[in-house]
Amino acid sequence: MKNENNSSTVKLSGVQTKGGSTIIEVRELTRKFGDFTAVDGISFSVGEGEIFGFLGPNGAGKTTTINMLCTLLKPTEGMASVAGIDVSSHPHEVRKNIGLIFQDPSLDDRLTGRENLHFHAMLYNVDRKTYESRSREVLQMVDLTEKADKQVRTYSGGMKRRLEIARGLLHHPKVIFLDEPTIGLDPQTRRHIWNYLLRLREREKITMFMTTHYMEEAENCDRIAIIDHGRIVSLDTPEALKQIVGGDIVTADTSDNTHAGQIIRDKFGLEIRNGQQGQIIIETTDGDKFIPRLIDTLTNYNPSIQVLSINLRRPTLDDVFIKLTGHSIREEEADQAKDSLKRRVRMWNRGR
Amino acid sequence: MYDKFIQNLKGIFTIWYRDVLRYSRDRARIVASLAQPLLFLFIFGSGLSPVMSNLGGGHLDFRQFMFPGILGMTVLFTSIFSAVSIVWDREFGFFKEVMAAPISRAAVALGKVAGGSTIALFQGCIILLLSPILNIQLTLFQIITLVGLMLLLAMVMTSLGILIASRQRSMEGFQMIMNFLLMPMFFLSGAFFPLKNIPLWMEILAKIDPVAYGVDPLRQVVLSKTVPSMVIEMLSNYSIAVNSLVMAGFATAFLIPAILLFGKRD
Ligand SMILES: Nc1ncnc2c1ncn2[C@@H]1O[C@H](COP(=O)(O)OP(=O)(O)OP(=O)(O)O)[C@@H](O)[C@H]1O
Ligand SMILES: [Mg+2]
Repeated sequence: MKNENNSSTVKLSGVQTKGGSTIIEVRELTRKFGDFTAVDGISFSVGEGEIFGFLGPNGAGKTTTINMLCTLLKPTEGMASVAGIDVSSHPHEVRKNIGLIFQDPSLDDRLTGRENLHFHAMLYNVDRKTYESRSREVLQMVDLTEKADKQVRTYSGGMKRRLEIARGLLHHPKVIFLDEPTIGLDPQTRRHIWNYLLRLREREKITMFMTTHYMEEAENCDRIAIIDHGRIVSLDTPEALKQIVGGDIVTADTSDNTHAGQIIRDKFGLEIRNGQQGQIIIETTDGDKFIPRLIDTLTNYNPSIQVLSINLRRPTLDDVFIKLTGHSIREEEADQAKDSLKRRVRMWNRGR
Repeated sequence: MYDKFIQNLKGIFTIWYRDVLRYSRDRARIVASLAQPLLFLFIFGSGLSPVMSNLGGGHLDFRQFMFPGILGMTVLFTSIFSAVSIVWDREFGFFKEVMAAPISRAAVALGKVAGGSTIALFQGCIILLLSPILNIQLTLFQIITLVGLMLLLAMVMTSLGILIASRQRSMEGFQMIMNFLLMPMFFLSGAFFPLKNIPLWMEILAKIDPVAYGVDPLRQVVLSKTVPSMVIEMLSNYSIAVNSLVMAGFATAFLIPAILLFGKRD
C-alpha cells in the first residue's frame, strides 16, 4: 500500500510540475478577522487528481483557507478558483462542484444515515436514479450499508466520520475538501479511513484537498503545504520536504546533556537541539558513520560523560516542521488534548 | 433562470421536509410542547373561572375565553422554537451542511418559515381538538378560517424567530430574548384578559404586539357560534380582515430583513 502510494506520488507531482491541468488556483489569498490576519497572502495550485495536504498546528489558518475555497467565507484580499470558477464571483457554481467534510460534526443525528444522504442529494439536486445507485455505492465503500437505516445518534465516532465522507462524495464532486478527516479517531479507524480515501482516488478522478496535523497522515499526500501563522512556509512532496532536513537524525542521551552538547558544537561544528527529555538531537549526513565518532569524541574529551543511548532515524515531517518554523506541531497537539479534556470536565460539571 | 427557480423551490421543500421529518420523529417534543398550553387552560383557567364569571355578562366561561389565547400561545411558542432551531443547528454543526449547499440563502430562510409554520399549525390543530370539552361549537367553515388565521400568525412568528436567529450565535442569548420579548408579547396579546379598559402604556404596547392581532380574530371565530355576537363585540378590537392585514404586514416586515441578514456571507 505504502509503496504503491509513493510511486503514484512521484508520477503525479511530475504531472504537476509539467503544468498538468490545474483544478484549484489560489493567489495572494488573505483573510482578516478584525485586526487579526488568519490567512496571510498564500498562493498555490493543485492539479487534477492530486491529494494535496495542508499541514500545520492549531490556529494556523487551515480551516479558514478551506472556508474561503468552499465559499463559506469571503476572502479579504486575493483570488481563488476551484474547477476554473472564481469563488468570490460565482459561489453557487463552485458549490455544485465540490464536496465537503467539515472539521466539526455536521450530520443530523435524529435522522438515519440514509436520510442524511437523501437530504444531501435533495440539496445538491441529484436526480433520483443517480441517488439510488450512488448512495448504495458510497455506503458500501465506507462499510455502512447495514447501519444505514439506524439513526445517526446510535453511530460511533468513526462511523459518523465515514458517513460524512460518503455524503461528501454523493454528488460526484470534482474536488473534495477534507478538514481533519480523522481528528479524534483511534489509529485503527484512521487507517481505515485512509484506506477508503486511497481506494477512492484509484477509482475516481477526484482531487482531494485535506488538512491535518498528524504527520503520519500527511505522508499519504502527493504534495504538502506546511502552513504556520497563516503563511505557507514550504510546499513540496513529502520526500522532497524531508530532504530539507538533509541526512539522518541522531538522538543521543547522556549523563550530562548540556556539557555533551557543548562538546558536539565545538568539535563537530554541528547545530543541535534538545528533545522533550533534554536529549541531544543532531542532523547529520551518514549517521551510521557519525555515531562511533560521536562516542569516541565524547569519551576522549570528557571521560565523566556516560552515553546512555543513541538512536538513528530518517527525518520525519515533524523534523521538517521544526526546521522550518522553530517549533513542533506536537507541543500544540498536546495542548489541544489538554483543552478538550478541560472542556469535557466543564461539560460534565454543568451536566450535574 | 427557470432552472434556478425550480432548484430553489426544491431547496425550500428540502429544508421544510427535514424540519417536518424531525418533528414527526420527536414524540417527546410533541408531548412537551402541548403540556404547557394544557396546564394553562385547565389549571389556570379552571382556577380563575369562578372569579371571572361576570366576563361577557355571564354568557361566557373563562376557559372558553382563554381557549383562543391558548391557540395563539401554542402557535407563538412552537413557531419561535422551530425558527430558533437554526441557532441550535449552528452550534451543533448541521447548519454548515445547509449553508455550504448550492441553494440560495433565501431558499433556506423560506424553507425554515415553511417548516416552522407547518409544525406550529399542526400543534395548533391538536389544541383545536379540545374544543368539544369546553362546549365550543365549530363548523367546518370556522375551522378552515381558524387554520388560515393560525397559519398567518405562525408565519409572522417564524419570520420573527428567523430574524432573531439570523445573527444569533448562542443559545444563552436566546434565553434573554425569551424573557424580554416573548413573554411580554404573550402577556400583552389579550390571551388572558380582554384588551379593554387597560392603562394607556399597556394599550400602546398591545398595539405593537403582533400576537394581539392573532388572538383577536381567533377569538372572534372560535366564539362566533357559542356566545351572542354582542359579547364578541365587547371583547374584540378589530375586524378579522383588519387583523389579517396587520399580520400580513408584520410577516413581510420581519421576513424581508430576515432573508437579507440570513444571506450575508461572513
Ligand atoms: N470567525 C472568526 N473570528 C475571529 N477569529 C477567527 C475566526 N475564525 C478563525 N479565527 C482565528 O483565525 C485563526 C485560524 O483559525 P483556523 O480555524 O483557520 O485554524 P486551523 O488551522 O484550522 O486550526 P485547527 O487545527 O485548530 O483546526 C485562529 O487564530 C482563529 O482564532
Ligand atoms: Mg481547523
